[in-house]
Amino acid sequence: MDFRLTDDQEALRAAARELLAGRFGRERLRAAVGDPALDRGLWRELGAAGFFALRLPEAAGGVGLGLPEAVLVCEEAGRALLPGPLVACHLLAGVVDGVADGERIVALADAAQGPGWWEHPDDCDELIMLEEPQGKPCGAYRTPAAEARAAAPPPPSSVDPLTPLAHLPGPSAPRTPLGAAVDVPRLRREAALLTAAQQLGSASRTVEDAVGHARTREQFGAPIGSFQAVKHLCAGMLVRAETARSAVYAAAVTESEQEVAAAKLLADEAAVRNARDCVQVHGGMGFTWEADVHLHLKRGWLRAESWGRAHVMEERLAAELLAG
Amino acid sequence: MDLTYTPDEDDFRARLRRWLGEALPTLPPRPAAADWPGRRAYDTTWQRMLYDAGYAGLHWPRDAGGQGATPTQHLIFLEETERAGAPYVGANFVGLLHAGPTVAAEGTAHQRARWLPPILRGDEIWCQGFSEPDAGSDLAALRTRAVRDGDDYVVTGAKIWTSHAEVADWCELLVRTDPEAPKHRGISWLALPMDAPGVTVRPLRTLAGTTEFAEMFLDEVRVPARNRIGDENDGWRVTMVTLSFERGTAFVGEVVACRRVLAALARTARDNGRWDDAALRRRLGRLAAEFTALWRLTQWNVSEAQRTNGVPGTGGSVFKLRYSHARQELYDAAAEVLGAGALDADHEWVAARLSSLSYTIAAGTSQIQQNIVAERILGLPKGR
Ligand SMILES: Cc1cc2nc3c(=O)[nH]c(=O)nc-3n(C[C@H](O)[C@H](O)[C@H](O)COP(=O)(O)OP(=O)(O)OC[C@H]3O[C@@H](n4cnc5c(N)ncnc54)[C@H](O)[C@@H]3O)c2cc1C
Repeated sequence: MDFRLTDDQEALRAAARELLAGRFGRERLRAAVGDPALDRGLWRELGAAGFFALRLPEAAGGVGLGLPEAVLVCEEAGRALLPGPLVACHLLAGVVDGVADGERIVALADAAQGPGWWEHPDDCDELIMLEEPQGKPCGAYRTPAAEARAAAPPPPSSVDPLTPLAHLPGPSAPRTPLGAAVDVPRLRREAALLTAAQQLGSASRTVEDAVGHARTREQFGAPIGSFQAVKHLCAGMLVRAETARSAVYAAAVTESEQEVAAAKLLADEAAVRNARDCVQVHGGMGFTWEADVHLHLKRGWLRAESWGRAHVMEERLAAELLAG
Repeated sequence: MDLTYTPDEDDFRARLRRWLGEALPTLPPRPAAADWPGRRAYDTTWQRMLYDAGYAGLHWPRDAGGQGATPTQHLIFLEETERAGAPYVGANFVGLLHAGPTVAAEGTAHQRARWLPPILRGDEIWCQGFSEPDAGSDLAALRTRAVRDGDDYVVTGAKIWTSHAEVADWCELLVRTDPEAPKHRGISWLALPMDAPGVTVRPLRTLAGTTEFAEMFLDEVRVPARNRIGDENDGWRVTMVTLSFERGTAFVGEVVACRRVLAALARTARDNGRWDDAALRRRLGRLAAEFTALWRLTQWNVSEAQRTNGVPGTGGSVFKLRYSHARQELYDAAAEVLGAGALDADHEWVAARLSSLSYTIAAGTSQIQQNIVAERILGLPKGR
């Protein structure tokens, strides 16, 4: 047993971080706040870097890596606040043509378990829904994005400025089965895990931001990080992030339903609570549109609603206590 | 990220399981909680059985009489002994987890030969005389004086919260040998024989009603200078070696135990109807996530320790903060499951609920752990 990252995993993580810092740095992030349309050029680059084809076999043009590596890449994306349906494109590469290399962008939504909306409707080519339409078996169905938009009520104004949302289409939108190759429970499990990985990345990023601010901001003639009340907020943030990290990494290795539920629950909590504490450590600055921390908080809220909300995961874990 | 075990480790586990299956039925019945001589005898009997089977001091280095096991093997040992319902380390705690490792790391050959084998065999019990009435979190403020007189130190002062003092043979004692030096520089580490003239132990009753710890008064107690581990006035550094051991592995078995208790809570709730309450179910579900993560965090810390040759890192503070809180939450949830039964002090979960309150205090309070995390891991400036 050696739970630490291997050298290859460390290298992969560093490469993903570097690529995202270069192609989606702070300036791009802030520009996207004003105009959240996805950058197709960036998406193709992510495709070329293997973000989507990471787990496809090398013979099929993929990178041939596993779920732990996918978790590391998603963690980095979460750190960088990368917008867009990364998890969907990663999971559907090899299933939907053109997704693996970033040519086509697809959204994935769980119509059966919620939350009833999908992201980046104007940028996606297609919407893939997990549902059980009337008279058809439970499975994955595809709908062209334009038709999905047309068959839905007017879109909500998304709380996350980086993630435009649309309601899922009503029954009038056409649906074609995605094909037999889709294992729905597995798709759900992996979507939950990779979403948790993004939450983890966000949670550790807000620890760093809070600590960085606490070291430099001075009040009463001293860095605010020398005040114990601030120190303890930061320590609590680290404990949340590191506990979530153990759960997320372990779930990536075991792929067990229970561990994924635990990972999602703890990573959601870490992302949201850490973002809030990060606001607090930043004082008035933390409450501004200008500071990035609200973007972490809002994305954290959004992800917490997707692929297993807290009460779903808690009930699942509770049921397992009786089964085990 | 490898959570699989090597064939050697699997083999180690299988052999251990076999041995536990044979050994545990031969143990005498557990003594009552208040029967301290009985508890000492029980705990040392178990330690002797471990010794005879080659499991004593598993994680100690070989040249200290240990088995030189890897941190992973030690983890397997703690996991399996807990699963099998084997006794805890109990009264052997200080000897095996603080005093012994300190003597092994810092003692002379003669000192190692004198003190280590009796710990491993379960012949001698140690206690820890660090805290004082005016030196708790600020341990380095300790005032118990040791004045050199010929080949002896003459020790005078008071210690407090000394666990197992009543049944201990030896005490790892921190004393001030240089009152003029800055507070961290004037401390020495002594092995105090508990039967020395001038040592008075007065048990203290805890809020759980038991007498787990004691006050210890030292009135001109003569301790041979050869009982000093490390250099005179170097005791603070010597002590820090011990504390990192304490925070590293002390709770592994307990995490396994907590997961078992949690499953028992769920079954009890199903049987008494409280399971119908969604709020309670969700609370237990969240605790399941919590203890799953704590177990994985333990494996993470053990993997890190493997790299640093067995010395646990700062991850221990992260773990202790989360675990001590989770343990209190667990037994609060138990009280909710029990309902009015939570007022019955004899119930095992109620006793555990009471004792869980010490987890955020003993071995460095949660506030002190947060300071450690903030300053040593996150690099925030020292101060207020
Ligand atoms: C069950 C149990 C067993 C124990 N066994 C032993 C033993 O065998 N041997 C031994 O030597 N000791 C033992 N202890 C003592 C234990 O190590 C101390 O209780 C602990 O270090 C706290 O010291 P204190 O009790 O003096 O509390 P204090 O240090 O007085 O703390 C009181 C409160 O103030 C807070 N506080 C203090 N300083 C700071 C600071 N700088 N920043 C923020 N908050 C602060 C603390 O967190 C706490 O909430 C045991 C304690 C318990 C409960």
